[in-house]
Amino acid sequence: MTIYLFYFLSFIAIISALLVVVSKNPVNSVLFLIMTFFAIAGHYVLLNAQFLAAVHVIVYAGAIMVLFLYVIMMMNFNKEAEPSKTTLSQFIAVIAGGILLITLVGAVRVFDVRFATTDNVHTAIGTVENLGKVLFSKFLFPFEISSLLFLTAMVGVVLLGKKNTY
Amino acid sequence: MNTLQHIPINLYILLSAVLFSIGVFGVLLRRNAIIIFMCVELMLNAVNLLLVAFSTYLSDAEGQVFVFFIMAVAAAEVAVGLAILTMIYRNTGSVDIEVLNKLKN
Repeated sequence: MTIYLFYFLSFIAIISALLVVVSKNPVNSVLFLIMTFFAIAGHYVLLNAQFLAAVHVIVYAGAIMVLFLYVIMMMNFNKEAEPSKTTLSQFIAVIAGGILLITLVGAVRVFDVRFATTDNVHTAIGTVENLGKVLFSKFLFPFEISSLLFLTAMVGVVLLGKKNTY
Repeated sequence: MNTLQHIPINLYILLSAVLFSIGVFGVLLRRNAIIIFMCVELMLNAVNLLLVAFSTYLSDAEGQVFVFFIMAVAAAEVAVGLAILTMIYRNTGSVDIEVLNKLKN
């Protein structure tokens, strides 16, 4: 039963990821990307990472994608404004992407992943309680540093967004 | 209750590889800088998924903490990147990457 759920979510994720790349209208791309993110959140739930699933939906589908939509709304481009690349560039892009995929899949096939067994999986490591304990004991310093990162990003965005700074 | 018993981790690795390749493909294919940005997000998410999968299969919570930090960095990165793109759009009237190749003037 679970494997069917896995295949279903993977199918949605891959199809909507492809549609992100190929759709002409940027708003459609954003909406398909939100769909991909929801499928990935479903994968997180499947992997017993409930906290990350919630954070993923809130941060990515909630905050980041709304930011993208706002920027697209402000830029107001019409659909024919984006000329596509030359056929040679598109051909090279397809070949390069395909070769990367083949390389990764080939590497996975010869890679021995038997160390990652499901025999003694702890189902409780993804809970808020457990992650909070790890985050605030072992990773306390990086956690505080990330607040500095956010402050820097905020200052930078305000500086970039002001009109007459340059 | 172990629902993961029937899903080998190879499937997760394959799914992440496919998603990552689609992201690379999009970066190479498109000319709109915003779409390229979204494809970068897609690649980040492929890596996140792989980290969570290995974290769960090895019963180690540190991978999920890493994913949490990646999400924080991605949020900051998107804010700064979109601010830069809006400024570029204000100055050049376009977000086509073909017109962004003259950084010197």
